[in-house]
Amino acid sequence: MEYSEKVMEHFATPHNVGKIDDADGVGEVGNAKCGDIMKMYIKVENDIITDVKFNTYGCASAIATSSMATDMIKGKPISEALKLTNKAVVEALDGLPAVKIHCSVLAEEAIKAAIKDYYEKHGIEYDKSLFVEDCCNYEHHHAE
Amino acid sequence: MKVYADNAATTKLSKTALDAMMPYLTDTFGNASSLYDIGQQAHRGVKAARETVAEVINARADEVYFTSGGSEADNWAIKGVAEMMAKKGKKHIITSAFEHHAVLHTVKRLEELFGCEITYLPVYENGIVRPDDVKNAIRDDTALVTIMYANNEIGTIQPISEIGAICREKGVIFHTDAVQAVGHLPIDVKAQNIDMLSMSSHKFHGPKGIGALYIRKGIRIPNLIEGGAQESGRRAGTEAVYAMAGMAAALKEANENLESSMKKMTALRNRLIDGLLKIESSRLNGDRENRLPGNVNISFEGVEGESLLLYLDMKGVSASSGSACTSGSLDPSHVLLAIGLKHEVAHGSLRLTLCEDNTQEEIDYIIDCVPEIIERLRSMSPLWERIQKERGNV
Repeated sequence: MEYSEKVMEHFATPHNVGKIDDADGVGEVGNAKCGDIMKMYIKVENDIITDVKFNTYGCASAIATSSMATDMIKGKPISEALKLTNKAVVEALDGLPAVKIHCSVLAEEAIKAAIKDYYEKHGIEYDKSLFVEDCCNYEHHHAE
Repeated sequence: MKVYADNAATTKLSKTALDAMMPYLTDTFGNASSLYDIGQQAHRGVKAARETVAEVINARADEVYFTSGGSEADNWAIKGVAEMMAKKGKKHIITSAFEHHAVLHTVKRLEELFGCEITYLPVYENGIVRPDDVKNAIRDDTALVTIMYANNEIGTIQPISEIGAICREKGVIFHTDAVQAVGHLPIDVKAQNIDMLSMSSHKFHGPKGIGALYIRKGIRIPNLIEGGAQESGRRAGTEAVYAMAGMAAALKEANENLESSMKKMTALRNRLIDGLLKIESSRLNGDRENRLPGNVNISFEGVEGESLLLYLDMKGVSASSGSACTSGSLDPSHVLLAIGLKHEVAHGSLRLTLCEDNTQEEIDYIIDCVPEIIERLRSMSPLWERIQKERGNV
């Protein structure tokens, strides 16, 4: 197993680490038993994600994907952030070892969970079909 | 500073071992089975290596068989005994829950293929098998007891002499995977009633790709590797004389320095344990006293082991972890689960394994490095935040 230079870069000095006290949306996915939890905080203005921070408990790929995924949605409209796939995050990191792909799924889910929380907190109508998956059903992804 | 602290994974080849190997990698390249001089020189090399290995564990030379390593030795011992005893209708094997996978996967295979019944003895919170449990588990159809000498992850030393005595009294064959113990602890197969013992050269500063199985005289298990007449016809394959010579030289050297290196490593180990346990919410895994002189295994709550060891690597420290992410599976180490750790505590484990070359300066450097890394990981850990909240610290 070998990590790309990009992964090690983002792991060594992750971007957007921290919390946002007055976040508009917070999403937490994963579980301690499986060894990774990702918590995403977003600030939203006029449908644009103006700020994003994360806290992650997990391996190097979990931390690196958190860092990369938050970079990729910062300053973007929500509609675009919702389209972010784990595949795109993995590609941006120049790949992940096969056994680590599940970690990248968490980043995508954490973003979706934060956006969903934003919609609900602010009473915004949203297309529920975008969030059909149970974000916290982490075992499901392990079984893939 | 560069600190290699993963000696349970593998060790650096010693100069003595390399010097012993070089002739067989260069001029003395003959096949040990050939009758002409250069072959006979190689043959003498094999003979001398076998005698040295036998002497260290108090066996006879004709009881030591070279293998490709510890895994082959374990496979051969267990599959061999199972096949031999199945003919007598004995298909029950007793082992422990935290054996190396070379043992666990092998007994699992025997269960699937031949319907062997496996009893996995508990190892309790201290990581030590209880001899009484072995005694109680032995049945009329028990073919084999296989219990490791010392655990590879948490370093706990098993009551091998007691288990040996029980097995001998009950007439059951006793095998021990002593890969982590040979060259690190005094071993006497006769006094300890050990029938079969696996060892691996690269765990005591010998070369990789070579190990040995001790089989007590009189036990006639079938071959694992069929072919030529090497190793008294019991393990085929042209002898890797250079590897055997290196293994023997390394083992001899380790054995000669055994007492002093045990003393030195125990002191370093204790210093490291004491230093790391000062970190909040940490725990030592495995018995504090009955453990290998060089083994430290500590869990830190709220952090994940792979991240911890990769940040340590950036500081120049080589270590390992029992987290799922380092085991390449979804579950953390079976050893840590076997001693009752919760998954999330097992994920946060750090194993540091020392050798006699480590210095106090290196130990102090590790003690310096770890707290800031733990602090950094905890500061970004939602799990740690949750733990703190549960404890009312936030």
